[in-house]
Amino acid sequence: METRVLKYAEINSSKAIRNGEVVVDNPSQLIAKEYFKEIYMALDLKYPKFYKMDGLCQLALLATEMLIGDGDYKGDEIAIILGNKNASLSSDKQHYAAIASKENYFPSPAVFVYTLPNIMLGEICIKHKITGENSCFMMENIDADFLHTYVSHLFEADNYKYCITGFVDFTEENYIAKLFLAGSVDSSDSEATYKFDKTFNKIIP
Amino acid sequence: MKIYSVADNITSPLGITTIDNFEACLNDETGIKTIENSDLYPTSFLGGLIEKNTFPELFQEDKYTHLENLFIHSIKDALQKAPEIDEGRTALVISTTKGNIDLLAPTYKGEMPAERVLLSSLAKTLSVYFGLSHSGVVVSNACISGVSALLTAKMLIETGQYDHAIVTGGDILSEFTISGFQCLKAMSDEPCQPYDTDRKGISLGEACGTMIVSNQHPIEKEDRPMIEILGGGQANDANHISGPSRTGEGLKNAIKRAIKASHISIEDIDYINAHGTATSFNDEMEAIAFDTLGLSQIPLNSLKGFFGHTLGAAGIIESIMTIEQMRRNLLISTKNFKNMGVSKKLNIVEEIIPEFKSTYALKTTSGFGGCNAAIIFQKYGN
Repeated sequence: METRVLKYAEINSSKAIRNGEVVVDNPSQLIAKEYFKEIYMALDLKYPKFYKMDGLCQLALLATEMLIGDGDYKGDEIAIILGNKNASLSSDKQHYAAIASKENYFPSPAVFVYTLPNIMLGEICIKHKITGENSCFMMENIDADFLHTYVSHLFEADNYKYCITGFVDFTEENYIAKLFLAGSVDSSDSEATYKFDKTFNKIIP
Repeated sequence: MKIYSVADNITSPLGITTIDNFEACLNDETGIKTIENSDLYPTSFLGGLIEKNTFPELFQEDKYTHLENLFIHSIKDALQKAPEIDEGRTALVISTTKGNIDLLAPTYKGEMPAERVLLSSLAKTLSVYFGLSHSGVVVSNACISGVSALLTAKMLIETGQYDHAIVTGGDILSEFTISGFQCLKAMSDEPCQPYDTDRKGISLGEACGTMIVSNQHPIEKEDRPMIEILGGGQANDANHISGPSRTGEGLKNAIKRAIKASHISIEDIDYINAHGTATSFNDEMEAIAFDTLGLSQIPLNSLKGFFGHTLGAAGIIESIMTIEQMRRNLLISTKNFKNMGVSKKLNIVEEIIPEFKSTYALKTTSGFGGCNAAIIFQKYGN
């Protein structure tokens, strides 16, 4: 058995791409909220909870849907290990805005519950019934070396079959999701897959 | 490969060394006080604050934030107890949920650059301060972050990249978190009462803890019992982002994984240091999980009545307290627990148990996002 990258997906401000194929274009440079809604429609998702989520969780959920939406990946043999830079900055600012004035002090539970970066992992787990380990590491850019070390160790030491890994980061102005599905596959069956090594992030150009 | 805990520090309102904190718990002191400070919350509330007036020695360096100063003190103190560590072979693993969140407040008037809010910048600041070759990794898994960080450090040593690791966790008491947990109606108006029938929610505390872990156990420290970090596991409930699974599914899976990774069986567990936040749902969920796994007879305590919920620090300071109880052959009480308030039987430590030898101890945590983590420590010798 060998760990390979089976699939990949990317959402950037101009395109949503699955395994190299463009799923949604954003030629008119819609703002994040509108653009994410377009992707939601294009993927034909029926998941009303999506509209309650903050931008970071919406982005992570959509990218995961593009990655594994058409497959059967659930349960405790799949882990999620993600990198992120700005944590929940957008929701953090919203929460601070609600408590900026002592006379008009209205923090909202619906905002506060999104003020942690690992909530996006929780949302992915709920949607796909994934019950394995999930961890969120903070990094300025995708640190493929670290993620590769961590994920490889999960496959070796804890017998995971699959792991969603990559980098998801969101601010209103700047966002990116690059996700990879790593899986333990038979060495002879590696044709349609990609090498999982310390530069696995290069699979997405 | 065996990974040992070789030195540590706890910095909390109860003291700024592990010994100070442990003695304070033995004396039944608490860091949770009534706080009246409109910069933190419009009305009075209960929480644990590391006061500048009480510990002026912690806050001498203006160019560091409140949290960074706590980290610097905690790491420095722990490193002094492990002079044998080669800093060139030492990884830095940081656990925090909100980092320097105070800098993001609209009312913040200080001069710290905005990028210091980034959690990854904490790693940079601390790595440079201590002259480490490793630039540091930051794990942010809500309330399980501390245990996640210990397991990440273990992984970095096992893969041969490093021989030692500084594992440090901290979070401050901020208006951000107080107002958030208040609006969730998760904060108690009395000091938190884990597992008690009258429990009303959490008390927040600020703290920082550091554990130095290593693949070598120094000979000169053989007068004290060796503690090995045996194994751990993590699992998600896949149920709700801000509440635990009713059946404790994720916690059960995390414990099962930890048992498996440690190559022991569930019957080997001698003592459990649980999460015990004193929210209605968390404590009930834990009782169900422990009961289902056949752990209801095992002595169990929660230390939240002493420290409050210290978020990113919790997994680390409570692991250190677990180890210290193992070394001293005793168990600390579950402060503020009086009457059983969960539906399944638990063997809650109500008073200090002065003679208690544990060879295998289990530490568990659960957090927002549905995450759960468990870690097992083994003690060698008496």
